Amino acid sequence: PVKRVVDYNVKVRVKSDGTGVDIANVKMSMNPFDEIAIEEAVRLKEKGVASEVIAVSCGDAKCQETLRTAMAIGADRAILVETEAELQPLAVAKLLKALVDKEQPALVILGKQAIDDDANQTGQMLAALADLPQATFASKVEVSGDKVSVTREVDGGLETLSLSLPAVITTDLRLNEPRYVTLPNIMKAKKKALDTLKPEDLGVDVTPRLKTLKVSEPPKRGAGIKVPDVAALIDKLKNEAKVI
Amino acid sequence: MSVLVIAEHDNATLKGATLNTVTAALACGSDVHLLVAGHNAGGAAQAAAQIAGVAKVLHAEAPGLEHGLAENVAAQVLAIAGNYSHILFPATASGKNIAPRVAAMLDVAQISDITKVVSPDTFERPIYAGNAIATVQSSDGVKLITVRTTGFDPAAATGGSAPIETTAATPDTGKSSFVGSEIAKSDRPELTAAKIIVSGGRALGSKEKFDEIITPLADKLGAALGASRAAVDAGYAPNDWQVGQTGKIVAPQLYVAVGISGAIQHLAGMKDSKVIVAINKDEEAPIFSVADYGLVADLFSAVPEMVQ
Repeated sequence: PVKRVVDYNVKVRVKSDGTGVDIANVKMSMNPFDEIAIEEAVRLKEKGVASEVIAVSCGDAKCQETLRTAMAIGADRAILVETEAELQPLAVAKLLKALVDKEQPALVILGKQAIDDDANQTGQMLAALADLPQATFASKVEVSGDKVSVTREVDGGLETLSLSLPAVITTDLRLNEPRYVTLPNIMKAKKKALDTLKPEDLGVDVTPRLKTLKVSEPPKRGAGIKVPDVAALIDKLKNEAKVI
Repeated sequence: MSVLVIAEHDNATLKGATLNTVTAALACGSDVHLLVAGHNAGGAAQAAAQIAGVAKVLHAEAPGLEHGLAENVAAQVLAIAGNYSHILFPATASGKNIAPRVAAMLDVAQISDITKVVSPDTFERPIYAGNAIATVQSSDGVKLITVRTTGFDPAAATGGSAPIETTAATPDTGKSSFVGSEIAKSDRPELTAAKIIVSGGRALGSKEKFDEIITPLADKLGAALGASRAAVDAGYAPNDWQVGQTGKIVAPQLYVAVGISGAIQHLAGMKDSKVIVAINKDEEAPIFSVADYGLVADLFSAVPEMVQ
């Protein structure tokens, strides 16, 4: 699964009426963690472990661009679940569950979080709904037979789990370095199959459960001062801020 | 209705993040229960009973709960979820792993990384790497929440005397198993709990320089060590030192950023620090826009001078 989000280099602005952030005319890209997910899937195919890679996105018609990027990286085909509705993680997890039932993948790889809502929920929710084991924040994935061994980034270090397939994995930053898409591959991606479905086709109610009452600017930090040298810095920290 | 906090622990002791989560729980309701699910976790349950404000500790014991596997712990939480109006996890690697699994099984939306409890059904949480704060309201029967620990003061670890009640452990799902772990050993304060953090960026140039320049300053200040994503990706520091949107979120008394430009991703992890010091030779670096004290200087001479 891939998500179309505001490009990570863009500094978003909160709308003055407090209804959200202004994303009109802002550069959009594939969520960086999802690029890592697609890359990992394509590498599994290149190693002969996976036979087919399907990319999925849920959202408005423009998500087609994101799916074309996924296919340019190497996904074989794509499915768009098209809706104009606001999609929250639980709704996306239900849509993905319906697609998992339909397509029966051995492995579902998602990004660990999207950089817009910062929720970090969808993979875990999908695993729960599909009753599959999960390995989140993966930094290494090795498939052998009907098991997958996953090294995870946890607080304080790493841990390794063994899951029975089928399973759900979410990617952390250090899992891989996604490849750049090349022009010939972008051209080839245009010819690959992209199916479009509606949430109703999958029998999923996507009504948002959480209501956003308002979106505001975070509190601004007061402007600081520049100190001329190390002695002045130490003096300020000792006598003004009293933190050392 | 009561409020349930899922304690984070290593079976012997409680993790500090549990204390901040208890404070958030007390803002949701006064009858706060703690679940300690583990194996040979009597020590953690005893510690949980001491926390001020906790009314009851539920202790579930089973070998399958030893390593906090999401499948098993989520099933354990689900078994008792019916008694609670709110279920809170700390927003740590462990809490983030398990909480959404419980939420989906309860068919409720999860509210991630809350920084404030406005009312029992309304919460504040940062979005877009902390560049906006969303106030969200939940109409679900159970509020399933993860708590950004830097948003809440820790509850007192002593002074409470809650009864410990044994709760039946749910069976191992058998779908996943723990193979092993490599936890970095460190005598330093834990990054997310440290009062002072010294953090290094790509400008250090190498792992050797990172150790040579940053470590003595951290030793001198009794500080935890942090790093920017660029420094981690370049191999100067281990990845669990990473401060930022995709790493640790910290809010120490003093944060010293050395050779860090201050990308949005990094600022999201540290801009709630009380005092921020930036040492960078580029006076246009964005880090200076959030620093209380900025020193435009070559870090290779300024930092050793500070140590003296």
